[in-house]
Amino acid sequence: MKILQPTLPVGPVRVIDSLDFKPKSTGMIPRGLTLAAVLIILAMLAIIMGNIFIGGVGTISWEFLTHPPEQGMKAGGIFPAIFGTVALVILMVIAVIPVGVFTAIYLHEYTNPKSRVTRLIRVAINNLAGVPSIVFGLFGLGFFIGFVGGGLDAVFFPDDGPVWGQPAIIWAALTLALLTLPVVIVSTEEALRTIPTELKEASYALGGTKLQTIWRIIIPQGLPGILTGSILAISRGAGEVAPIMFTGAAYYLPYLPAKLNDQFMELGYHIYVMATQSPDVEATKPILYGTVLVLLALTFALNSVAILIRSRVRKKRANV
Amino acid sequence: MYNEMSDLSVRVAKTDISSDAAEKLQYKIIVEQLDFFYGDIQALFDISMNIEQNRVTALIGPSGCGKSTFIRTLNRMNETIPGTRMEGKVLLDGCDIYQDFDDPSQIRTRVGMVFQKSNPFPKSVFENVAYGLRVNGIKDRNLIAEVVEESLKRAALWDEVKDKLDNSAFTFSGGQQQRLCIARALAIRPEVILMDEPASALDPISTAKIEDLIGELRQHYTIVIVTHNMQQAARVSDHTAFFYEGKLIEDGPTKEIFTRPKKKKTEDYITGRFG
Ligand SMILES: Nc1ncnc2c1ncn2[C@@H]1O[C@H](COP(=O)(O)OP(=O)(O)OP(=O)(O)O)[C@@H](O)[C@H]1O
Ligand SMILES: [Mg+2]
Repeated sequence: MKILQPTLPVGPVRVIDSLDFKPKSTGMIPRGLTLAAVLIILAMLAIIMGNIFIGGVGTISWEFLTHPPEQGMKAGGIFPAIFGTVALVILMVIAVIPVGVFTAIYLHEYTNPKSRVTRLIRVAINNLAGVPSIVFGLFGLGFFIGFVGGGLDAVFFPDDGPVWGQPAIIWAALTLALLTLPVVIVSTEEALRTIPTELKEASYALGGTKLQTIWRIIIPQGLPGILTGSILAISRGAGEVAPIMFTGAAYYLPYLPAKLNDQFMELGYHIYVMATQSPDVEATKPILYGTVLVLLALTFALNSVAILIRSRVRKKRANV
Repeated sequence: MYNEMSDLSVRVAKTDISSDAAEKLQYKIIVEQLDFFYGDIQALFDISMNIEQNRVTALIGPSGCGKSTFIRTLNRMNETIPGTRMEGKVLLDGCDIYQDFDDPSQIRTRVGMVFQKSNPFPKSVFENVAYGLRVNGIKDRNLIAEVVEESLKRAALWDEVKDKLDNSAFTFSGGQQQRLCIARALAIRPEVILMDEPASALDPISTAKIEDLIGELRQHYTIVIVTHNMQQAARVSDHTAFFYEGKLIEDGPTKEIFTRPKKKKTEDYITGRFG
């Protein structure tokens, strides 16, 4: 075979006989460093969890879980706060999932990813994720309660006292939904990206419209990712105090919220109140520990439910 | 679209008649001065071409010459890619498919498509074939079952899957999946079937089955097929079009293109001198 010669002059070439490679490090140092970091984290977690568990487990009882607080929170239980937290999280998920999922679908299916508008929306979402939660609380107070609620009152209940224009579970849930919107959008988009284009094209090629393709192919395929979004939203939202303290959480309520415009008690806020506002902080300490333990367990349980649903969906999809 | 059984039979009868009268050599699709752009990059240049009814038209040419882009303009599939632009006309039975239809989905029920990579839905065999009927508003379960069976038979897949209709499409071989995709395309009774390298990912036996299938289908449908395989083009097609760098270099009866090409480029390509 004739070997082609380079046609361009390449200049004088130094002949390299051998290369002096540095001896390699054995990798013990990086390994030790990373291991140390892991151990520190595990130790911290163990201390926090252990402390809460030891301090709180004695307080947990059927009474504690099913009764309202008594004697200025020095006795009794935390049932209204548990109820309020679950109700709040459920309302938040109901609000955030459709908005987050539709936003992600819009961004991924209806816009050109390179267009300026899309990039602007994306920047806005990222910025939303970086806003401190207290700012969401103030926004909720101003926008949902003042503007939306106040507006509803002015139009529909001009003669009554505030009906919607006051702190309420619906406004707190919507404020939390706003806070958790970015994680839902991002994880849904992540899921949409993994859906093969071929699948969507197959649907279009059979005469499916865009809407049919979204309903029948894209949303079912993206469901695990959508559920991941709700898991992350629950983790992020449950127990947040700042967004709800102005928008609906109550210091103490003798009744459970029954309507969307009722106030409610919430575990995170209850902890905050007991730790900072109670007349006798020392006396509430066991209850405080117990409440923290319940909040952690509840967040974990809500997450587990979502994870369970997701694994069901995955399994069902795996064997169609 | 189809509401009753009678509607379907009318369609079948119509295609049968036209296959008898095919000697009249009508043009099913007429492409006029088509330019296509991906963003600022032009992929097709001034393509004009006639596609005969009830014939198989093969598109050949080196990789990247625009065969897929061209075939996808025939069912408005390129519209799903953001930032693309088209100029010129594509006429189906004399109707401008870009002007005379409100929604591209209307055109795609008449011009079906089979893709290079088999792309069944993550659903059962039955639901894969039924999908096109369901999105077109057919709800009658007996009718759907009938059409599914008939389509699988036409795609020569029925005997292999008739006891496994509820199994996931993914439990079948690549060749079976591709024939399932063909069955799925047939179920909506298209008039034209576009195939973009339908057999390129398949073994010789599956390829032969698909080629046989094309031979069967050409009696009832107008078929446009992209292929990299010269022998395949020669075997299955009546008409061949050679594309090069986004231009239609020449097209004509397959026999002539393969024995007496008019252009030097075509000759170089089919004799394997480049590409
Ligand atoms: N989605 C896209 N975005 C931008 N450019 C594209 C896109 N798809 C194809 N092109 C370009 O358009 C030209 C034609 O591509 P096309 O896929 O139509 O070629 P082809 O003939 O089908 O090739 P092959 O035989 O490899 O499938 C190529 O230069 C390709 O790079
Ligand atoms: Mg191609």
